[in-house]
Amino acid sequence: MGNPKAWDADRALTRIKELASQPGALLPILHTLQDEFGYIDKAAIPLIASELNLSHAEVHGVISFYHDFRHSPRGKHVLKMCRAEACQSMGCESMIRHVEKRFGVHLGETTEDRSFTVDAVYCLGNCALSPAVMLDGKLYGRVSREVADFLIDSAQRHA
Amino acid sequence: MSVKVYVPCDAAAVSVGADAVAKAIAAEIAARRLNVTLVRNGSRGMFWLEPLVEVETPQGRIAYAPVSVDSVAGLFDAGFLEGKPHALRLGLTEEIPFLKRQERLTFARCGITDPLSLSDYVSHGGYRGLERALKLMPETIVEEVTNSGLRGRGGAGFPTGIKWRTVLNTPADQKYIVCNADEGDSGTYADRMIMEGDPFVLIEGMTIAGIAVDATSGYIYIRSEYPHAFRTLRRAIATAYEKGYLGENVAGSGKRFDLDVRMGAGAYICGEETSLLESLEGKRGQIRFKPPLPAISGLFGKPTVINNVISLATVPIILDKGSEYYKNFGMGKSRGTLTIQLAGNIKHGGLVEKAFGLSLRDAIYEFGGGTASGRPLRAVQVGGPLGAYFPESLLDTPLDYEAFAERKGMLGHGGIVVFDDTVDLAHQARFAMEFCAVESCGKCTPCRLGSTRGVEVIDKIVADQDRAQNLELLDDLCGVLTDGSLCALGGLIPYPVQSAIRHFPEDFYKPAPPTPGNGSSKGSRKALGEAEETRPWH
Repeated sequence: MGNPKAWDADRALTRIKELASQPGALLPILHTLQDEFGYIDKAAIPLIASELNLSHAEVHGVISFYHDFRHSPRGKHVLKMCRAEACQSMGCESMIRHVEKRFGVHLGETTEDRSFTVDAVYCLGNCALSPAVMLDGKLYGRVSREVADFLIDSAQRHA
Repeated sequence: MSVKVYVPCDAAAVSVGADAVAKAIAAEIAARRLNVTLVRNGSRGMFWLEPLVEVETPQGRIAYAPVSVDSVAGLFDAGFLEGKPHALRLGLTEEIPFLKRQERLTFARCGITDPLSLSDYVSHGGYRGLERALKLMPETIVEEVTNSGLRGRGGAGFPTGIKWRTVLNTPADQKYIVCNADEGDSGTYADRMIMEGDPFVLIEGMTIAGIAVDATSGYIYIRSEYPHAFRTLRRAIATAYEKGYLGENVAGSGKRFDLDVRMGAGAYICGEETSLLESLEGKRGQIRFKPPLPAISGLFGKPTVINNVISLATVPIILDKGSEYYKNFGMGKSRGTLTIQLAGNIKHGGLVEKAFGLSLRDAIYEFGGGTASGRPLRAVQVGGPLGAYFPESLLDTPLDYEAFAERKGMLGHGGIVVFDDTVDLAHQARFAMEFCAVESCGKCTPCRLGSTRGVEVIDKIVADQDRAQNLELLDDLCGVLTDGSLCALGGLIPYPVQSAIRHFPEDFYKPAPPTPGNGSSKGSRKALGEAEETRPWH
């Protein structure tokens, strides 16, 4: 996933300006900022609004609408676990509860040491190999409790 | 000539170790100083066999599956490069019954070629559809698509040719082709497979659409859950530009077509076409009133063809082989092939492209081999989270749009999710309402609020609080959602809920459990409580 850089307003403005001229630029800008800094700093809102000639409220409205965008950094590793129907039919709920218990967090939360964020996702398109998870952008299939533990252990070893 | 070995690069194959297997094979090739070419192909769609490795032999491609890193050295020792016997040897890939009994039109090349090789694409019949389209009048192209009987494969089943005709007949200085690649329904992965396994067929289909309706610009809107497909499309589009298949002079025709791929941001509702257009414009993905139809006033207010991935990826073969050829597959008003996706608790999960009309039972048992758990099948959800739950007794329903509609179901995108007898349909009904609450765009009150009330009412039913009245209330609520929602999310969420009650009433009349609900439910995309905090419309 690469290591996000610390928030830097000048750098952000450069990125915004690079993308601002394309039609419907707001989502590409938000994705770019989030990829670069790991989250969208609230200080980015006025910069984006001014470049795209939008109100602060419009930019805020878009950020808050989409599940992907966030205003605070996540853990070092991000584990997205699918809880849609196909994965449910193969027992994802029990695997998810196991992972929540292991970390002592609920879906959507980050561990205290900020090493892991666990998130719910609704379908990763791997429905013939359910349950599916995505760890740091990589897709895994047939994820039993044991496989989930193995993936988490491996990620922690390479921390 | 060097031997060719194929290891899929499809995300699902990779999810069970295909990259590691490819690495191990490359290492063996180097260590043994062999003259072998390793090709990363798309997936054949037999996911229970992934990673499925193939070797090209004079007799044809021979499959070895499922291959693990530990079995790689043994395969070389056994002489798998000459197709020799091994415990994992499955014989000729094309002869595997799951594949042999299919009718692959849209997926003709998927799993066979290197997805990013344009020369592979062209040598396997690619760009023949465009070649023919460039010789035809726009009206004739639209007529071909209309005559083929192709209907929107995203789920709604609207005739593709009619959308195209409307855009063609609407004069404008700019028109757009938009591909809906926001494949958010659980149990569906055909779009992902074709984008990763044969991306040029989608690019070709969109280019033909552009030529047909005089649109010079196209966008593929892909969900962020598909980073792998996004990267593949980016690279394929760059190659198409390099080789003159995109840009100001498409295949030397003097016609322009530009294509870009945009990433969504994790909103299920953006699979609804007008939400998708709002999102592409950089706005909140809230649905629009119709009319005006996107074909009249779509992206940036301009006439827009918006079609699903599979619909657009089917256009090249229709143009290449003619509408009559395509139309001869199928039944009734459902013409051509359906890309059935076997998912969930199924032994042989994978993609089955077959003419419309196969029964649900044959799809699940003849192709899918029954449940993965080996337990009895109890329920099947077809058509994604907004599709009905069918019991065993409805398994003889043919896979056809009208046949499903007659049984108060929805064929949708052709995704089939199988559940064994451990499923609790009251829990599934509650989940449907919960999902609707999390993913509602907030525009219509019945969907925005009704979904949350739906969760509460189902909780009361399960807890045996005034059960009869609450069942009646739920029925009434479902009626309001059906009649009072602008789009399919609110309008169809009663399908899974009411079908669960209709076909599995016993799950709603169980003695009350000690604690209601379904375990922990906190989280950004899980907890309704939290969603209410972060979403201003609640």
